Amino acid sequence: MERKKNVLLKLFLSTLYLSAFTFGGGYVIVTLMKKKLVDDYHWIEEDEMLDLVAIAQSAPGPIAVNGAIVVGYKLAGIMGVLVAITGTIIPPFMIIAIISVCYNAFRNNYFVSQMLEGMQAGVGAVIASVTYEMGAGIVVNKDIISILIMIGAFTAACVFGVNVICIVLVCAVLGMLRTLAGKRRGTT
Amino acid sequence: MIYLQLFLSFLQIGLFSFGGGYAAMPLIQGQVVTTHKWLSMAEFTDLITISQMTPGPIAVNSATFVGIKIAGVPGAFAATFGCIFPSCIIVTLIAKMYLKYQKMAMLQEVLRSLRPAVVAMIASAGISILITAFWGSSANITLSGTKFSLVFIFLICVVLLQKVKMNPIWVMLLAGVMKVVVSYIGG
Repeated sequence: MERKKNVLLKLFLSTLYLSAFTFGGGYVIVTLMKKKLVDDYHWIEEDEMLDLVAIAQSAPGPIAVNGAIVVGYKLAGIMGVLVAITGTIIPPFMIIAIISVCYNAFRNNYFVSQMLEGMQAGVGAVIASVTYEMGAGIVVNKDIISILIMIGAFTAACVFGVNVICIVLVCAVLGMLRTLAGKRRGTT
Repeated sequence: MIYLQLFLSFLQIGLFSFGGGYAAMPLIQGQVVTTHKWLSMAEFTDLITISQMTPGPIAVNSATFVGIKIAGVPGAFAATFGCIFPSCIIVTLIAKMYLKYQKMAMLQEVLRSLRPAVVAMIASAGISILITAFWGSSANITLSGTKFSLVFIFLICVVLLQKVKMNPIWVMLLAGVMKVVVSYIGG
C-alpha cells in the first residue's frame, strides 16, 4: 500500500515535471518519459516501453497524453491513468489559461500585435518546413498508393474544403482494405 | 448548451487526430474556425503560435484557450476533458489488449494509409495560415493587398529552418522581432 502510494506520487510528479518543461511536442516528451521511467526508476523494461510508445503514437489524440496513459496504466492500473493524465494536463492548462486572460490586452498593444503578425509568417514557415520534410519522406519511399493518398487528401482538403474527419475515415477504411487485400495475396 | 458543444467539438478533435503535434491542427481549424466560428483565422493563427512557444500538446492548449474565450474556466474544463476523453478510453483498451495480442497488422496498415493524408492536411492548414498572414483575415487575395514585409520574413524563416537548421522557436521569435523592426522603420 505504502509502495503503491509512493509510485503514484512519483508518477504524478514525473508527468507534471515533464509536461511543464518539454517544448517541441509529443515525440520529445515520450523520449524523456522513457529516460526517466526506464533508465532512472527501472519501473519498465526497455522493450516493453518501446511497445508502449508505439501504442501512444498510433492511437488518436495528443501523444503526450497517450504516453501518460500507457505508462500510468502499466504502473498502477486505472488509478495510474488518472494520476498521470492529471499531471500531464495541469501545466499546459495553467499556462494557456493565464495567457488567454492577457491575450486581449496584449493583442491591442501595437508592438505585441506587430510581433504576433510577424510570428504568423514564422509559424507558417515552420509548418512549411515540417510538411516539406514529412512529404519528402513519403515520396522517397516510392510507394505509389501513399503518394496518391497524399495528393488526393491535399486536393480534397485544400481545393474542395472537404471535412478533415471524412478524409481520416476514408483513409482508415482504405488501410483496412489494403490489409485484407494483402492477406488474400498472402504477402503480409 | 455551450459546454456540451465545446465538449463534443473537442471530443471529435481528440478522436480523429492521428500522429500528434501538427496533425491536430487541421481538425482544430475545422471545428473551431470553420464550423463553430469560435475563433477568427487570425486568432487561430495566434493560438498556433502561442502553442508552439509553450509546453503541452496543441490540442490541449487549444481546448483551454477556446474554452476560456467562449465560456470561461468551466468551458476550458469541458473542452479539455473532451479532447482527452477518447484517448483515455482507446489507449487504455489498446494497452490492455496489447498484453494479449502483440501484433496488430490491421492497425499498422491503417496508420500507413493515414500518414500521407495527415501530411497533406497539415500542408492545407499551413496554407490557410500563410494566406491569413499575407493578406489578412478577410483573405482578399490581391497583389496590392499583399503584405510584402511578411512574405519576405517568411522566406527568410524558410532559409533559416532549412539551410541553417535553426531551432523553430527562435525562428518564430525572430520573425516577430523582424516585423516590429520593419514597422518601426516604416513608421
